[in-house]
Amino acid sequence: MSVVPQEESTATVETKMVPIYVMGKRYEVPATLTIMKAIEYAGYKYIRGCGCRGGVCGACSTVYRKPGDYKIYTGLACQTVVEPEMYLTQIPFYPANRATYDFAELTGTPDEINRLYPELFRCVACNACTKVCPMDVQVMDYIAALKRGDIKAAAEISFDCIQCGLCASRCMGELPQYHIAQLARRLNGAYLTPKAEHLKTMCANIEAGRYDKGLAELKGMDLQALRKTYQEREMEPATAGEDWTPQDRSYL
Amino acid sequence: MPYPEELKQLIKKVEATRAVRVERKKKNEEVPFLSLDEREEMLKYHPDVKEEGRRELKVGPSKGYAVAHEMADLLEARSRVEPEKIDLSRVEYETDVLVIGGGGAGTAAALLAQEQGQKVIIATKLRHGDANTMMAEGGIQAADKGHKDSPYFHYLDIMGGGHFKNVPELVETLALKAPDAIRWLESLGCNFSKWPDGTMKTIHGGGTSRKRMHFAADITGAEMMRTVRDEARNRIADIQVVEFSPAVELVLNEHGHCAGAVLYNMETEEYTVVKAKSVVVATGGCGRLHIQGFMTTNHYGATADGIVMGYRAGLGICFLHTVQYHPTGIVFPEQAEGILITEKFRGSGANLVNIDGEQFVNEREPRDIEAAAIIKECVVNGKGVPTPTGKLGIWLDSPMIDMLQGEGTVEKEFPGKHILYERFGIDIAKEPMLIYPTLHYQNGGLDFRSTGETTIPGLFVAGEVGGGIHGENRLMGNSLLDIMVYGRIAGKAAGEYARDNARDGKLTLDHVVKYNKEVQDAGVDGDRISPMILPDYTDPRTREKQLTSHYVGTLR
Repeated sequence: MSVVPQEESTATVETKMVPIYVMGKRYEVPATLTIMKAIEYAGYKYIRGCGCRGGVCGACSTVYRKPGDYKIYTGLACQTVVEPEMYLTQIPFYPANRATYDFAELTGTPDEINRLYPELFRCVACNACTKVCPMDVQVMDYIAALKRGDIKAAAEISFDCIQCGLCASRCMGELPQYHIAQLARRLNGAYLTPKAEHLKTMCANIEAGRYDKGLAELKGMDLQALRKTYQEREMEPATAGEDWTPQDRSYL
Repeated sequence: MPYPEELKQLIKKVEATRAVRVERKKKNEEVPFLSLDEREEMLKYHPDVKEEGRRELKVGPSKGYAVAHEMADLLEARSRVEPEKIDLSRVEYETDVLVIGGGGAGTAAALLAQEQGQKVIIATKLRHGDANTMMAEGGIQAADKGHKDSPYFHYLDIMGGGHFKNVPELVETLALKAPDAIRWLESLGCNFSKWPDGTMKTIHGGGTSRKRMHFAADITGAEMMRTVRDEARNRIADIQVVEFSPAVELVLNEHGHCAGAVLYNMETEEYTVVKAKSVVVATGGCGRLHIQGFMTTNHYGATADGIVMGYRAGLGICFLHTVQYHPTGIVFPEQAEGILITEKFRGSGANLVNIDGEQFVNEREPRDIEAAAIIKECVVNGKGVPTPTGKLGIWLDSPMIDMLQGEGTVEKEFPGKHILYERFGIDIAKEPMLIYPTLHYQNGGLDFRSTGETTIPGLFVAGEVGGGIHGENRLMGNSLLDIMVYGRIAGKAAGEYARDNARDGKLTLDHVVKYNKEVQDAGVDGDRISPMILPDYTDPRTREKQLTSHYVGTLR
């Protein structure tokens, strides 16, 4: 049985090579690699600037330029394929201000955000934050929403934020956008969205011991009986709606 | 890169059968699920059954137990640093509870330990939150809709997924504490996907009998991680986070209790001692060992360090003879190889189809069955789709989701993956994805109890590093659950232990001295050291030229 070889063994001698400039220094790397794998290929060993290698952790945000182009481009090193002659540097950390708060004492009003992050109103709507975002989050739009007091909108617009900090690095108002968005999302989740009633009911039922007998039965079964119970358990159909109920309600 | 012409031609075969498959899905006409006997037959194609893939351990508490070579290489190895060189009288950090690992389990543990009135240090290899938790996409299971589900059915599903070999008390606690873990996250402001009245949206996962998979779009783990991390940051007065400083050994005391750890600061290359009244090991999994050469979904630091430290200190291991291969990892484009495609795509209706556009397995079997079926279809049946670099894959037909649930669903429900593919010029709402199984989860781990305790007083275990909950195969959505349920349990227990029961004593690394001797006596290759800490992806030709670099294991 053959297996797919591990990811790092892909570069071969025949691969087409391209030059890239890592912090200004030229290296020849295989043209198909991501920036992260190219930097490793060049001989660097990551300690900082590398995390999930899957595009969600925000450790490897990278800033680069292309020859003959003044524009600053950004991307995640683990997701962006190298381009010939690209000039790049990673920004693995940014010292943005983060407010500390007692979350249980908040209630979800715009005032709370304004008090914790008064710099919110230093935003001049230049949109540099949105332009620099490697996740294409509309950063300026969620900041604008917060200036209007619309926490819910900010929570939704900022949802894909990976907290890499590039927005803060470019901000002339010196806002820590990604920290403010984190607060907005938590306020939205805890205070501006209705709580799940079924969750409270279930927790109370468990507390009251409603399922202990059924679980004891399962734990007491021999393998054969357990397999049979498993095999015969009723399956909720894939297309069933919220109100579906099983035929057998004895262990509910 | 977009699909090349050859693959575009093959996609036409998928499109040719799509309308019929969508109609069948709407009518609940599914490819039949395999019976338990048929499952066993299918598992013969699973990588776990390869005898040549594992060997019996020559040393340690579980001597004679066969695990993957890559894992055995780390366990049959001496310590990174000679224990005699470490001055245990020079304590750099002193705290009540030391949590090793800054992922979901570790952070939940830190919060609960702090709530017992204890000072906490989180020591973590990379940044706080650099963990597999952050990468978990699909969801978190909890039986909390009482009109159709209960912990009884959740328990049954977990056991069936794990081949009925799971440790029952661990499973029972997981199922019973699940709703409370969700409630806790909700109270901390985690944005689960909900209906307007607050009801949680829930869907199926592989091996679930009821729709109990909660999610936060397709970044459930990231949303959970950033929420609990934010909360930990608010408690900075009590919870100190020491980053880029993985633990490399546990420290015991003269009474045989766990009393701290040795940390390695990767940036300054110093080894320092942390003294604590209790310790929680929450170091996660082992994907970066690339077992049997498989690509992995895991984050950069997933190198089984906690297994190594715990094993040296005297904890047994279990269920490490099985490893979870996630059925659907990206196999094309090559740049994204190994990256996880959440099971939620299949839960939302996307079929798996072969090169001829035919289905060959129900897309909601447990993960081991699903992975084995894909490997069989490619390798044995010859119905895999060849990629430009000569690998094989299977189509995951994502465009079905828009046809079933309305235009725009893929983009809205799977924003992360939609953007990822868009960068390569592929619109997954219109074109299917090419996938192959990828190394995903360490089913087994250190022995521990449902109280979070271990056989060593003062040492607690939580999350992927622990073994037994999931038996031989974990179901989707039970890992995010595991880290929250057992992270909270272990944190609370460690906090209470530190407050009420801890016994001070002289620190010692004698267990490491003894282990090193055992390794030497067993005649094991003397150059092997562990824990690994980070994988080595340096090009071998570059490494050959690094003439004055001194490598200790994979690190120079």
